[in-house]
Amino acid sequence: MKLDPKNLPLEYSTETNKLNILGFWIFLSAEIMLFATLFTTYFVYVDRGVGSGPAGAEIFELPPVLIETFLLLTSSFTIGLAVHAMRINRVKAMIWFMVVTLLLGAGFLSVEVYEFIHYYHIGATLQTSGFTAALLTTLGTHGAHVTMGLFWGIMIIIQILRDGLNARTANKSFIFSLYWHFLDVMWIFIFSFIYLKGMM
Amino acid sequence: MDFSDRFSIPPHDDPMLYASIVAIVLTSIAIVVGVTYFKKWGYLWNNWLTTVDHKRIGIMYIISALLMLFRGGADAVMMRLQTAVPDNTFLDAQHYNEVFTTHGVVMIFFMAMAFIIGMMNFVVPLQIGARDVAFPRLNALSFWLYFTGAMLLNLSFVVGGSPDAGWTNYYPMAGPEFSQHVGVNYYNWALQISGIGTLMTGINFIATIIKMRAPGMKLMKMPIFIWAALITNLMIVLAFPVLTIALLMGTLDRQFLTNFFTTSDGGMDMMWANLFWVWGHPEVYILIIPAFGIYSTIIAAFSERNLYGYTSMVASILAISALSFLVWVHHFFTMGQGALTNSIFSITTMLIAVPTGIKIFNWLLTMWKGKIRFATPMLYSIAFIPLFTIGGSTGVMLGMASADYQYHNTLFLVAHFHNVIIPGVVFAMIAGLIFYWPKMFGFMLNERIGKWAFWNITIGFCLAFFPMYFTGLNGQARRMYTYSEATGFSTLSMISFIGTLLLAVGFVFLVYNIFYSYRHAPRNIGGDPWNARTLEWATHSPVPEYNFAISPTVHSEEAFWDYKENDYELFKGKVEDIHMPNNSGWSIIFAGFFFAFGFFFIFHVWVGVIIAFLGIIGCLIYRSFEKDDGHHIHKEEIEATEKELGGAK
Amino acid sequence: MKLKGVYIAFFAIISGFLAGCELLVLDPKGPQADKLANVIWISIITMIVVTIVVLVMLTIILFKYRASKQDPDYKPPHIEGNKYVEIIIVGVPILIVAFLSVVSVISVHQVETAPEGYETDEPLVIYASSSNWKWHFSYPEQDIETVNYVFIPTNQNVEFRLYSHGTISSFWIPQLAGQKYAMSDMTNYLNIVAEEPGEYFGRNANFNGEGFAENEFNVTALPADEFDSWIEDIQNTAEPLTEEKFEELLEPGHLGHMTFTGTHQDFMPAPEGENSPHNHGKSDSEDDSGHPH
Repeated sequence: MKLDPKNLPLEYSTETNKLNILGFWIFLSAEIMLFATLFTTYFVYVDRGVGSGPAGAEIFELPPVLIETFLLLTSSFTIGLAVHAMRINRVKAMIWFMVVTLLLGAGFLSVEVYEFIHYYHIGATLQTSGFTAALLTTLGTHGAHVTMGLFWGIMIIIQILRDGLNARTANKSFIFSLYWHFLDVMWIFIFSFIYLKGMM
Repeated sequence: MDFSDRFSIPPHDDPMLYASIVAIVLTSIAIVVGVTYFKKWGYLWNNWLTTVDHKRIGIMYIISALLMLFRGGADAVMMRLQTAVPDNTFLDAQHYNEVFTTHGVVMIFFMAMAFIIGMMNFVVPLQIGARDVAFPRLNALSFWLYFTGAMLLNLSFVVGGSPDAGWTNYYPMAGPEFSQHVGVNYYNWALQISGIGTLMTGINFIATIIKMRAPGMKLMKMPIFIWAALITNLMIVLAFPVLTIALLMGTLDRQFLTNFFTTSDGGMDMMWANLFWVWGHPEVYILIIPAFGIYSTIIAAFSERNLYGYTSMVASILAISALSFLVWVHHFFTMGQGALTNSIFSITTMLIAVPTGIKIFNWLLTMWKGKIRFATPMLYSIAFIPLFTIGGSTGVMLGMASADYQYHNTLFLVAHFHNVIIPGVVFAMIAGLIFYWPKMFGFMLNERIGKWAFWNITIGFCLAFFPMYFTGLNGQARRMYTYSEATGFSTLSMISFIGTLLLAVGFVFLVYNIFYSYRHAPRNIGGDPWNARTLEWATHSPVPEYNFAISPTVHSEEAFWDYKENDYELFKGKVEDIHMPNNSGWSIIFAGFFFAFGFFFIFHVWVGVIIAFLGIIGCLIYRSFEKDDGHHIHKEEIEATEKELGGAK
Repeated sequence: MKLKGVYIAFFAIISGFLAGCELLVLDPKGPQADKLANVIWISIITMIVVTIVVLVMLTIILFKYRASKQDPDYKPPHIEGNKYVEIIIVGVPILIVAFLSVVSVISVHQVETAPEGYETDEPLVIYASSSNWKWHFSYPEQDIETVNYVFIPTNQNVEFRLYSHGTISSFWIPQLAGQKYAMSDMTNYLNIVAEEPGEYFGRNANFNGEGFAENEFNVTALPADEFDSWIEDIQNTAEPLTEEKFEELLEPGHLGHMTFTGTHQDFMPAPEGENSPHNHGKSDSEDDSGHPH
């Protein structure tokens, strides 16, 4: 995105803000490597690491996965709306969109917890095989990121309520939206290459 | 295993361990008493422990690196003493295994990494004409997380037992089945925590170099060390997450009994080796590239010439860093992945010799037609060239997949990587330390004692490691705690031990030099005692808090040289108020919770883990709500300081 | 130029030392190790040439351009670089690396297949498996098993099938062939020919814990007829290997040389083919990728 230097959005308005956003992009590239390593590991174990445990096709269930995907994709849309509201300086709308985003995120997490309990009941635990360990670690790392995002989002909402929209809070909200979109992209990879590929 | 068994002080019944515990306790008491007696707690807290100043953080990194150098060096002496004569009983097998594991981990993660990061911390902002790094608070946190990791690993020596599976920590040997005491847990958590710190350093320095260069410093006008630092930190950001995941999987295997690297239920032991080296090989270049940058700086300065082939130097750094991600399989050619795979990785490995060769020739050509002064930093740089050529050559030999079947896991390999890391990284760091010492502390280190140290270290190095090439070819595997008389390794092993002692003596000279020079060296040495070329020499020694009273404007990669020789106007404009970040104790407290978290996790003390985790969350929340806009140093204050230090520069 | 003389003397001594003393790796007794020794010599000579060139250049430059020898007013010139010089400093390393790559690729293919001159032989199969800190050798055809020592016939292609009962180890007989890993979840194949009868030193080269230093074994190469009578002798005199006995042998520790009739392959087969632990899903064939046939 090429920004007009005379008319910078609030989140880019100070030197510190610009540095923070650049720094966060660099952090996201490290996160991409992190998930890339997890995916690679998963692909290594998905066929050869099953041992005596169940294979992916035997444990995956489509409905919860579809619900998770729907919730997270929608939340990515709503956080986009929140940033848009921020750009046109409608604080109230922005906060509401952020709340909706976090609620959708919480919904996603609850379904994921249900999914994990389901795996536990059908005997696919962390300890079952190399495959289940790789699967649950990949999903768990993503889930932990979402959880972290929930708390982070709450902190930001509190600060906007307290201080209103200024260079500082706008910067934080924008960075949070980058993070949230990133988690969504990672989920699309998980959905396609772990679930869909595994069920085929 | 019971908790009480895990939590054993000391881990073995060994008089030497008791002696070291007593020594550690006494030293700690002495430090606390000393600081209290001289009423230095306030000074220590205000000026060092809470600092966000990149120069002080750099110095703290370097001090820690030197401490770790002595810790790792003591391990090295013990190892060579044990193997100096056949059938020695100075150390038993278990103790020896812990010693060489700790030696490797300490030297790579807590000595070499800390040294290069410390050097980058001190030099990078000065050399790009900036006032600090992009995220000063994060920088302090990086240091304290590194320090936490280092302390955790060192604690293992006295509480619970050190890791004993080699610094490469191959599974399944490092797994719960074959390594039952807590040593490898320490490995996992110490590296995990300091790894997070390193990753943050990477992010911080990329942002700093991209965004905070002095006006006029375009990418191809950056001093070569800045290029080296930029590429190094990119590699850190790309490589360290791989280690994070590998360590996480190791932790899950050991502490939650998963089957990533086990021998049953679909576990794959070589997966660890793959992940470890996907991180590990770039790591080697993360260490050597900043060292190359230091050598380029020093060789140019002491030849009084510009760096020959600047563009090809930058290109070769880029080529080396890209290739370094494509060679990891050469660490286990013998795994049986077939001739085709080995051929490919053999070729990519040897290709690294091309950009490295370019660099060697460029350094030679930088000295060509120069005016070479043999100051100590330059001596290390000169010794580096032939020694590193030998190390690089044996690297090419190891890169030949078929021949590697005979070198793999032998002392030939050990000789090779010490031959690149010691003349490559360690010499560079010592040279850099001596070179930047006046900039850090405002006085120079004694040249005569420095040269004594240099000759001891260089000759000691040759004696210690060249014999290993021969014993390796004679069938001596690495990591053997002893050998029999009949093997015929004893003469060369004894030579190697003598070399190690010389190295140790050299390091003692190095430290003595600091004490000696602190007492006797003249102050008031001016900003540029070496007649050097880059921006950091344009400000005072030692450097004031704000680095430059006026931000320099730059038109070439040697702007300061042009300022001295070609009347280039470096400081345009006038003194203004300078905005600086505030000190904060947050980083050290945050890292303290990490220490507790790691320690309790190692011993499965879940209550402690939860409490420490809440502490970490609390720190994050505090930081989220904290408003810290820094402070301004006023114009008058700056002008006063400048006057006192000898005129505005 | 005294220093130059010192350098040359230094390398002469090193080369003399290398040539004169019998370093195991450079004293091969079979075609595989012989190939590797040749590769090593080629690379050593190439690298000595490179090192000498760098040393000579460095020495000349240091002598010619040191400050003490120069006019105090001498101002070194500013030199950016030169196209032809750069072509040379890029080109020469590329040529050297290309040459060594060819050597490397050819030789690695050679040592990964049956040795030259023995391609058509039906190999003698010996399973070599490691446990902490021992080596177990099973002769499936002859139906005998030994611990920590192995007899092989001379001038006969022997196929070692390597795997481990736990930690990763590396099977190494320096005078006969290079190393290969023995791992618990796959079988590796190593072809060896001994061309001279005699005793050879073998060991695990990969660190695997407390007993690593003593994790050695003996290799004895005998002419074919003596080997056959040795086999017959053992078949007639040794105790049978039971499953309980073998479990006992697997306990961590050291054992001397032992001999049994029967092999543990009957009740604890090697991880190859259908016994591979990763033999699920789509990758059935991959486990045999290392197999030379």
